[in-house]
Formats: sequence, structure tokens, C-alpha cells
Amino acid sequence: MTRRTIVALALVAALGPLLFAGPAGAQWPGVTPTEIKIGNTNPYSGPASAYGTIGKALTAYFKKVNDEGGINGRKINFVTLDDGYSPPKTVEMVRRLVEQDQVAFVFQTLGTPTNSAIHKYLNEQKVPHLFVATGATKWGDPRNFPWTMGWQPTYQTEGHIYAQYVLKNVPNPKIGILYQNDDYGKDYVKGLKDGLGEAGRKLIVLEQSYEVTDPTIDSQIVNLKNSGANVFYNVTIPKFAVQAIKKSHDIGWKPLHLLNNVSASVDVVLKPAGLEASRDLITALYLKDPTDPQWKNDQGMKDWLAFMQKYYPEGNTKDAFNVYAYTVAQGLVHVLKQCGNDLSRENVMRQAANIKNLSLPLLLPGIKVNTGPTDFYPIEQEQLARFDGERWALFGEVHDAGKK
Amino acid sequence: MSRGQGWRRAIVLVAIAIACALPFLLSNFRLFQFTQVFIYAIALLGLNILTGFNGQISLGHGAFYALGAYTTAIMIDRWSVPYGWTIPVAGLLCLTAGFLFGIPALRLEGLYLALATFALALAVPQILKYFEHWTGGSQGIVLSKPGAPLGLTLSPDQWLYFVTLGVLILLFVLGANLLRGRTGRAIVAIRDNPIAAQAMGVNGALYKSLTFGVSAAYTGVAGALSALAIAFVAPDAFNVFLSITFLVGIVIGGLASISGAIFGGLFVQFVPNWAQEISKAAPWAIYGIFLIVFMYAMPRGIVGALRLAGARLARFRG
Repeated sequence: MTRRTIVALALVAALGPLLFAGPAGAQWPGVTPTEIKIGNTNPYSGPASAYGTIGKALTAYFKKVNDEGGINGRKINFVTLDDGYSPPKTVEMVRRLVEQDQVAFVFQTLGTPTNSAIHKYLNEQKVPHLFVATGATKWGDPRNFPWTMGWQPTYQTEGHIYAQYVLKNVPNPKIGILYQNDDYGKDYVKGLKDGLGEAGRKLIVLEQSYEVTDPTIDSQIVNLKNSGANVFYNVTIPKFAVQAIKKSHDIGWKPLHLLNNVSASVDVVLKPAGLEASRDLITALYLKDPTDPQWKNDQGMKDWLAFMQKYYPEGNTKDAFNVYAYTVAQGLVHVLKQCGNDLSRENVMRQAANIKNLSLPLLLPGIKVNTGPTDFYPIEQEQLARFDGERWALFGEVHDAGKK
Repeated sequence: MSRGQGWRRAIVLVAIAIACALPFLLSNFRLFQFTQVFIYAIALLGLNILTGFNGQISLGHGAFYALGAYTTAIMIDRWSVPYGWTIPVAGLLCLTAGFLFGIPALRLEGLYLALATFALALAVPQILKYFEHWTGGSQGIVLSKPGAPLGLTLSPDQWLYFVTLGVLILLFVLGANLLRGRTGRAIVAIRDNPIAAQAMGVNGALYKSLTFGVSAAYTGVAGALSALAIAFVAPDAFNVFLSITFLVGIVIGGLASISGAIFGGLFVQFVPNWAQEISKAAPWAIYGIFLIVFMYAMPRGIVGALRLAGARLARFRG
């Protein structure tokens, strides 16, 4: 054998399998009489791997659905790939899902930059890009991106709710803001400012920001106290939320403390910060917190715990992400059931945009999922809650950002 | 022409012929993957010129890759410059940036240089977020994939594949000419024995800075092509891990070898995917095992192993 032949053979051996990839076309991509293939990317590795539990909980939930007979006789084949929270990898993986694995649609891809990278591609390919896992506002734009739909209340929605509360309930408010210097933080601040309106914006006396890499935010808290603010709008992720609650308590600053939903976990944030220091915090919620004792005897929470034990025993039952994943998976199952036997991509999108007053067991009482042909924001309701030293006590009515 | 050179030329021609045939055999998705292999290969050749040939370790080439990518993205997005022009501009900008970074880097050797460049890689994602007005902050910039020019019935993926292949061949020929000539000997001499090189009249400082510049230019061009292929840039795409990936690529491919960059590109593109196929729970552990096995079985990289196999074969026949 000459060296040339060896090289040629090696190349054929290396490239050969690539030539015969991809299944044959069906009536609808990703759908057979016995299966629906759904694609997903999640950061199982890399800097955002804490979110990876969402992908695992989704996988576990679809296993449960399949064990119970699937949807209309079809089992769910959930193909979830690691993108390490890197946008180029997300592009590659989603192209693989669409072009090679031929999934019916893409569901719950996680992250704002990663979803931005595939937003245009999926809309060009006319592949449903359902219930993306990010709180940015741009996912509900059916006019320009008719194939993409969000899920959770946006950060701006939440900011809006706090603004309304402050305007109604605080006499002579002076607002101090602490926010993380990125899209997430800025979206929250924008929501508050929009909610305050042109005139209300003057009520903000000081804005302080921090970088996610900063070690502490102590000096920002001191500055906020010295500004004379009597309302503290706290837009921080759990690590910094703990510091902020502790520090403001330690220096004797007692403003009306609005804590963003991102850090509302009793176990992860409030306990480490001190339950006494956390008393009277206010937040906006839409999901039941698994660490909040008031849901201990709630049927939905019991079912969730049973699910976690059976299908995802290695998962953390204190992690709100697992509640989140369970709920969004139920939302998808609802859409697929509503599709009946027409699982074309057009119909999946039509039905996703046709959810009417859907209650899910781990949404707070009174909160419903609603979509329409021009409303691509499924959850737009939240309720305020005050921490009473032990649990989040819901108060007031359910706020609905969808009603303008 | 010696026998060895004839063989080499034949292999290169066959490889190019296969590369040109691929777009008509593979799906668009596979082509996209091979386009990424070529892009990595260009970046790896850039780093290899610096690290493999010149002996300067860089853990920060992701920064130049990002600079190239953002140059292209901003020029297209802000000023609607035709994408073809943005590639040489990205290269020139990175050449300048690399040359300037190379001057202070002269004072640093070995591990100290590695740390200085590492700092560069760490800083870049944050700097990109800081200049939000230009870079779009952490939202990044969304681009449109360039289509084939009029008259060519190629899909955007096929077209981009050919563009990348063309740039790759051009840069590899230029690189080979540079490295196999007088300049290349000077570059290698500085790595092997800086004092002897100086004694022979090689201007060490100038050559080292220039090598840094050329190396950065290659990586920058790769970054520019990646912005076109992905059609999106964001700071999260250019984290420290990218720079480490480049270093892995050149070592696996073969240090101080031009063709090694292609093998390195194949490795960094496909092995993480295979690792994920094998285990979803711990893909990077599998990747690590791959790395160790490769390093154990082929301590001089894939090209080193191929050379060794070729030499054994020749002895066996001869």
C-alpha cells in the first residue's frame, strides 16, 4: 500500500460517516406517529452551569410524561445539548438540532446572549423558538419575530409593579437604586423608571451600580443611606443581595426595601442574610418558593416533591430553578395537547399563541398563563409579598402588566 | 525537487481538492462546522507562529480574535461597509495592536509573558461591555449572513465556506513563505538560542514584536471570519476559555508545524462534541481524557506522530 493510498483511505474513513447523516423527511419535521423530537440547549458546563439543573429537570419531567403514556400516544424525545453559555456554541448546537437531528421545534434555550445568537436564524428557518429561558423583554415581538416566544415575567414588568406600589403607598418617596451593571440590571431599572413616569423619575435620588466581579457592595450601600433615600430598590443577584440586606441592617438603614425576584429565595438569600434583617423586605413573585414553609401542605408542591424524588433524585429540592423547569415543562405539555394531531410547526406556534387562562400547580394562586396572536408574553402577572421573618406573606392583588 | 517535497505537494493538492468538493457533498450544517474548523485553523496558525516557532507563550489570543470579530461586526453594523473589506481591516488593526502589545511584552519571558497575555484575555469581555455604545454591551451585535455574489448559485453556508477556505489557503501560503525563508530562520533562532541569534545579527526585539503582530493579525482575521459565520458577536463568546482552547489546539496539532493548525482546528471543533455524545454528565472530564490520551500517544502533536509514522514507513520500505 502506498502512502498516498493510506492517506486517501484515512480521509475516506474520517469523512465517510459524515456523508450519511440525517434522517429522511417526514410529514412534519421531528414528528412521527410515536414521537415528538424537541431540541434544547443549556449551560451544563461553563460559568453559568448553575442553570444546568433546568435542563436536567426538564429531561426528568418529559421522562415522567413518557412513562404516563406521552402526549396523544407520542413520546417526547428531548434532545438537550451543552452550549457552555457561549453564543457561537449555541449557534452550532441549534443548527445541529434543526438541520441534522431535525427537531420539531426548539424549547427553553437558556440565556440572553445565547438566545440572541439564534433568534434570527430560527425565525428565518421558521422553527418555533418556544418559551426561552430569559427575562429580557425582546422575546415578545410577534411582528418581527413570529417564531419566538418568552415565558417568565420580564424584568421590566417587575420593575413596573414596584413603581406602581411606591407611587401608591409611600408618601414623599426618595428612591435609591443598586443594580448590576448589565442587561439584567438595566432592564429592571428601565421597568421602574417607565413605571414612575416622566414626573416620577425625579423621585430617584441616587443610582449605584456594581460589576458582577466586584467583591463587595458595602460602599454603595453606605452611599445610598447617606443620600437620604427612604426606598431601596435592590436589583442584585443572590450573592450581593445577601450582602446588601446584611449591610443595610448593620448600619441601621431602614428604608422600604424592594428586593428583586431573582434573589427572593428564602434558603439561598434570606437565611444567610439573617431572618431578622430580612423582615419587611418586599418582592414580587409568580412561582411558589420551595423553601417557603407556607407551601408545605400545598398539593402542587407535594406532587413536585414526589416528582423530584422519583425522576430527579440527585436534584436539589431547595432550588427554585427546579420549580421553574417543572412549570414551564407543564406549559409546553399543555400546548402540545392543545395541538391535537396537527404537530406542524405552524400549528405549534398557533397553539402556543392561544393559551387561555391556564393555571399551573406551582404558579401562585390567581396567576394564569395567557397568550394571543399579538401577546407573546405568557406570564405577565405577579403578586407582591412581604417577608414576615419566616415566609413571604402575599398581599394586595395580583398585578397584571398585560392589562394596560 | 526532493522526494519528500513532492509528497508534501501531492498531499496538499489532494487535501485542497477534497476541501473544494465538500460543499457539494455535505449538508449545510456540516459545512458550517468545517468553516469553523478553518477559522480555528487560521487562528491556531497565528498562535503557532508566536508560540511554536518563536517560543513566546500567549494565553491571550482570544483577545485578538475578539478584536477582529468586533472590527468586522462594528464596521458592518455601524457603517454598512461591505464585509469583504472588513477582513483585511481587522487583520491590519490586530497587526498594529499585536505589535504594540509585543513591545512591552519584550521585557517578559516565558511564564511571565503568559500571565501578561492571560490578563488581556480576562479583560476583554469586560472592556467590550464597557464600550456599550459601539459593541452593543452584553447584548452583542446581530449580523446578517453574507450571501453569494450575483451569478453564483451557492447557499450562504457554501459561499462562506469557500471564502474561509480561500483566506485559509492564502494565509497558509504566506505563512509558509514567511517561516521557511530567512525571516522564519531568524524567528526560530530567537526561540532556540536568543544570544546566538543576536550574535548573528538578528534584531531580537524587532523580530519578536513583529512576530507578535503577525500572529495577532492571523488570529484577528480568524475572528473577523467567525463574526461572519456565526452572524453574531457578544462578550460571552470571547472568554478566557477561548484562549486556552487555542493553546490546546496548537499543542495537539503540533507545535511549530504549519499543517498542525488544521489538525488542531479539527480537534477543538469536534472533540468537545464527541465528548458530549459520550457523556452528558461530565463532557469536560471526557475531553480531559481525550487530551491526556492524545498527549500520551502523540507527545509531539498529531503532525509529529504522522511524521514519525512516515519516517518508520520509509525505513520499512527502504
